[in-house]
Amino acid sequence: MIALEFPFTEEKVRALKVGDEVALSGRVFTGRDAVHKYLHEGGKLPEGVSFQDGIIYHCGPVVLKDENGEWKVTAAGPTTSIREEPYQWQIIRDFGVRGVIGKGGMGPKTLEACREHGCVYLHGIGGAAQVLAECVTRVINVHMLEEFGSPEAIWELEVKDFPVVVTMDSHGNSLHADVFKSSSEALAARV
Amino acid sequence: MNALTESLIELIRRTSAEIPDDVQRAILTALENEKKGTIAESALKIIERNIELAKQKSQPICQDTGSILFYIDCPVGLDQIEFADAARAAVKQATKVGYLRQNSVDSLTGKNDGTNLGPGAPAFHFHQHRGDKISVRLVLKGGGCENVGAQYSLPNTKLNANRDLDGCRKVILDAIVQAQGKGCGPGILGICIGGDRATGYNHSKEQLLRMLDDTNPNPELAALEADIVKTANELGIGPMGFGGNTTLLGAKIGAANRVPASYFVSVSYMCWAYRRQGCELNQNGEIQNWLY
Repeated sequence: MIALEFPFTEEKVRALKVGDEVALSGRVFTGRDAVHKYLHEGGKLPEGVSFQDGIIYHCGPVVLKDENGEWKVTAAGPTTSIREEPYQWQIIRDFGVRGVIGKGGMGPKTLEACREHGCVYLHGIGGAAQVLAECVTRVINVHMLEEFGSPEAIWELEVKDFPVVVTMDSHGNSLHADVFKSSSEALAARV
Repeated sequence: MNALTESLIELIRRTSAEIPDDVQRAILTALENEKKGTIAESALKIIERNIELAKQKSQPICQDTGSILFYIDCPVGLDQIEFADAARAAVKQATKVGYLRQNSVDSLTGKNDGTNLGPGAPAFHFHQHRGDKISVRLVLKGGGCENVGAQYSLPNTKLNANRDLDGCRKVILDAIVQAQGKGCGPGILGICIGGDRATGYNHSKEQLLRMLDDTNPNPELAALEADIVKTANELGIGPMGFGGNTTLLGAKIGAANRVPASYFVSVSYMCWAYRRQGCELNQNGEIQNWLY
């Protein structure tokens, strides 16, 4: 397990390779379909929010308010990332994103943006909402909750030892592309 | 709140937070079968820990609490309108207390009113029978796995799939390769051969109500199910598509009549977070026993 801690600099991110297991600590921003489409169409990030050297987490958490009125994340696994493939490269380029957490991997445009701008794709364990929610130590803030609704809002979360696997690195390697190729060949031999 | 609504809230809670025993056994077997020290093994360990934690905390296994699908087997004469009203009240309350995520969006306006209620949500499938038992089965089907479902129209030239069981096999295996990573594997397939586009998908989802370790009464389909699982697990896709030995935990195949001009194969993919539960209710709407 490699510890990756805030701030997520280009140097730290460039050192990561496909297959590395990483324990992530620091601040991450959730962002999924609505946020990506909004930014792609020229939308502005809310005042005081910056993705520079930051991490976007493809996640729509279950968040409840406790009796003291504090937000509490009760389930927070990754959502399928490929839906953001049309937008992700641009958001990596324009907003200085260093890491994207999600599941299922992404395509060639994102892989190229990771290589060019110094970013990695970090695969969370899909469905493991409870294990991952335990790693969310605090809800720092929430943005665009009214516009997008709870699952689609930008939740600013503090995480500790959040487990992910590097499946796309900043050197042009993608575990997803490799497994897709080998499994397609294995299938061709069996039909 | 009436007894029926309370029972259905408990059904939702249990479905969302507790994986059925047959699925958990299959996941444990998958964990034993992965090579030690691989990322596939790490993924399954996290999955196993997640299952325990969700049950212990009575919170959703997965944050995507999915499409809410009720399957009700009921005696002739059950007031279905009243039942559906009670179920909607249960869904609303279960959402409020966090057993379900605010997960239902108006497709035209994009608004999420936070209740999980709306046109088609939740979905009800009533089946009448001549007995006196009411059984309610619930499936919570997440969007990630629903998105990788596929419907093929045979013949399919690209896959060289003709209108026979070998053609069915080819398209089912193609669906598995296409779904890799995205559907949160190891997965479980519900499949329907035949039907029209709507009944085919519906029937494929009903296959997911079967126990993982049951045997298809049709020997040809039983053989195809076993072959699909064996072949899929030789492809090296593995948990989460990380590479590894377990790609599928099960495949369940049914058949429905078709018109001569059509030959559909409908594949519904269920993620490892296979949330299905069911219970039998007495006349007062109280839970008598669990079905899984």
